[in-house]
Amino acid sequence: MRPALRRTSDGDDVTAPGNPSLGNNPRLDRWVSMCADGRVLVRSGKVELGQGVLTVLAQIAADELEVDPARVVMVPALTDASPDESYTAGSLSVQHSGGALRQVCARVRTLFLDAVAARWDVPADDLRIDDGTICAPDGRRSSYWELSGEVALDQDAAGAGARPAGVRRSVGRSLPRLDVPDKVAGRRRFLHDLRPPGLLFGRVVRPPSRGARLLTVDDARARAVPGVVAVVRDGSFLGVLAEREESALRGLEALRAGCTWDQPGTLPDELDLAAFLVGAPAQTVVLHEDGPDGDGPDGDEPPAADVRTIRARFTRPFLAHASIAPSAGIAQWDDGRLRVWTHSQGVYNLRTEIVRSLGLPPEDVVVQHVEGAGCYGHNAADDAAYDAVLLARTVPGRPVQVVWTRADELSWGPLGPAMVVEVEADVDASGQVRRWRHDVWSNGHSARPGGPSASPPLAAMHVADPAAPVPSTDPPLKNGGGSGRNAVPGYAFPRQRVRSHVLTTMPLRTSALRALGAHLNVYAIESVVDELALACGADPVEYRLGLLTDPRAREVLVAAAERAGWSSPLEDPAGTRGRGVGVARYKNTGAYCAVVAEVEAESSVRVARLTIATDVGLVVNPDGVVNQIEGGALQAVSWTTKERVRFDTHQVTSQDWEQYPILTFSEVPPVDVVLLDRPDQPSLGAGETSIGPTAAAIGNALRAAIGVRVGSLPLSAENVVAAMDASS
Amino acid sequence: MSAAPAAEPVRLHVNGVEHDVVCDPDTPLLYALRNDLGLVGAKFGCGLGLCGACNVLVDGHPTHSCDTPVWAVAGKRITTVEGLGQDGRPHRLQETFVEAQALQCGYCTSGMIVTAAALLEREPEVDEAGVRRALDGNLCRCGAHNRIVRAVLCARPCAGRATGTT
Repeated sequence: MRPALRRTSDGDDVTAPGNPSLGNNPRLDRWVSMCADGRVLVRSGKVELGQGVLTVLAQIAADELEVDPARVVMVPALTDASPDESYTAGSLSVQHSGGALRQVCARVRTLFLDAVAARWDVPADDLRIDDGTICAPDGRRSSYWELSGEVALDQDAAGAGARPAGVRRSVGRSLPRLDVPDKVAGRRRFLHDLRPPGLLFGRVVRPPSRGARLLTVDDARARAVPGVVAVVRDGSFLGVLAEREESALRGLEALRAGCTWDQPGTLPDELDLAAFLVGAPAQTVVLHEDGPDGDGPDGDEPPAADVRTIRARFTRPFLAHASIAPSAGIAQWDDGRLRVWTHSQGVYNLRTEIVRSLGLPPEDVVVQHVEGAGCYGHNAADDAAYDAVLLARTVPGRPVQVVWTRADELSWGPLGPAMVVEVEADVDASGQVRRWRHDVWSNGHSARPGGPSASPPLAAMHVADPAAPVPSTDPPLKNGGGSGRNAVPGYAFPRQRVRSHVLTTMPLRTSALRALGAHLNVYAIESVVDELALACGADPVEYRLGLLTDPRAREVLVAAAERAGWSSPLEDPAGTRGRGVGVARYKNTGAYCAVVAEVEAESSVRVARLTIATDVGLVVNPDGVVNQIEGGALQAVSWTTKERVRFDTHQVTSQDWEQYPILTFSEVPPVDVVLLDRPDQPSLGAGETSIGPTAAAIGNALRAAIGVRVGSLPLSAENVVAAMDASS
Repeated sequence: MSAAPAAEPVRLHVNGVEHDVVCDPDTPLLYALRNDLGLVGAKFGCGLGLCGACNVLVDGHPTHSCDTPVWAVAGKRITTVEGLGQDGRPHRLQETFVEAQALQCGYCTSGMIVTAAALLEREPEVDEAGVRRALDGNLCRCGAHNRIVRAVLCARPCAGRATGTT
């Protein structure tokens, strides 16, 4: 029996008001330690996923403590030592961890000042701090390091306010990232690079298809490979352990060749995915309703003859995370105690899942974060860690490293869900929207380990006593939603109704991929809004400004349009180019982003230029924000123009970079990012905000270039031609 | 061409140093570098020579170490990202990658730098389109491409040293 848990998905916790990170981890010494040698240890529960977050958190801590950021050592997340901040997800790290650290460090600073003030009998207000040295007006000096043993931090963070904007020194500067020097030098930094003494290399033979069950295995050839030390089988979970990495790989292939499987076909028709999504059993939820939505006329209903209904359908296929490194994990058992090294998004959550799956006491399991390659959501990191746990259990005392194959990474890792969105807008004779309806069909966007739905790790579903697969669910809309993320339009439409239809069957395992439903929802909304503008002959930017009431949304839109030269005609000598715009506030509560895209449509759709304006509140590290905005936008270009997970009735067939191509250097457009700094506003996450508006701007630019709306993603030649055929 | 059985050590000339590695001669160079020589800069990405994360230089040419057996490079001059610098100083590209903050996760970085180093050796005045073409076999998923291109352009001898981050 796998009990449900208290935590909600995607980083939010329902139990803590205000800042959940601080609410769950109020004690100062959980976050900060002063060292006698002049260093400041800062622990965050958020992890480095390639987004640069630890540098940003170091900047925040340094400012509140008034120390040089170079003194700050960011400690990687470790269970029982680091604050439990749940997952690093949802673009919430700067808000939650940064917000908590700001308060914690301000309180620590005050405690040290008070201690010095009492000792010297001077008012605390007369003291100042210079890089951790506390100075009195009469020249006496002490420091955090001198007093590190005397000022107790075993108390809660109540009380002190954060520093006002005027005294920020590090925040607002493009501090170079802490991890970059190691990475350009090729130093040992990634989980994949760790070689603890006694390491064994583990590899797992994944079933050849989704519903496959292992019938027999002849492991003689695998065991005969020099260097192979063990073959491990538990039901349909099958792995090999070897002293050398190449032996593990040879053992893997030999083992695979010795298997027979029962293989029922379990997957729907990839060529008619929309029909499957709309027809499959689903749970329908009304996410948002604003104004009367009956079919009959209400008070200000215009005569039916004057109302036209615009209907449009949008689809996206399953998407792969497609990180450059396959997922990996290391585990070691010693006397029944387990240590795990992982690039998971949540060390505590992974521990919860391991404890739940194996029935261990939590205090016997330690999980530590080590960097992996770029993480864009719930990838296979937790699965790979669990593989290592199962394999290592057979060789107590020896650490085991599992690295997935490229094929397994692209085919067995959780996928970004395929989606269908239908929008219906009733428009009156003057072009005003009178009613807006948005329906989204999708698998759930969250199947995280340690989450409320008790989603088991992959291997736990393959062992002899298997955990049942649990269909993914959606986080509630108040936490950003899943399928319905950004499905509520940011425009002042009357009589809105937004529904999600979340599938209760899950032939392909889905979970959170960057921006979740926002990718297709923003694409859909912005496409329809563009059609409405075109229908009444309005400029798309002007039309949106007429509907946007949030001044910050208006400002990013205007800023992007100005920077892109929107008011000047596009140079288009060959008649193949178009320009389009998209705008959204991520999750309707996060950062604002507007994008102008230029595309060239010839034999394929090529994005020629992106101009982006964003408002993420107070900018902690300007270059870091630009990097995240650019990265999100380019990933969105890749998804929107190229990507599609392919599968047959049995298995995902797009298993390498030729079958699952992603954007290459020659296809990458120039990206120009305008940052609107709001030093008086709370910082908002930047990692996901550019995804939806970029996709939308590309779709609208393509519409401008070819005169046809393409609702099916990706915007491949095949889908573009089909849309052109359908419109003619 | 078939490989000899595993008895004899394979002599590898890596970053100016000769090493005798005891392994099956069919062992991919990547694993000999990472596991026998402790040079972990080159990364496993796909094992099929399709992503460039494992790139090293063999006699100056960018080569996928994941699908190159050690017997094929015995006696050849192998350079990894760790060996690009000289006299204790980093390679110019390693400096410009820091200046341009030309990465997000950094997993593809070693392969990018190695590929770019060969490009600049071959074509010191390469233009932006040439840089992009040369890096088309190196995949980046984080979207740091334009920063990487800037870092490579700034590392050209003609670019001087007056670069910086935004």
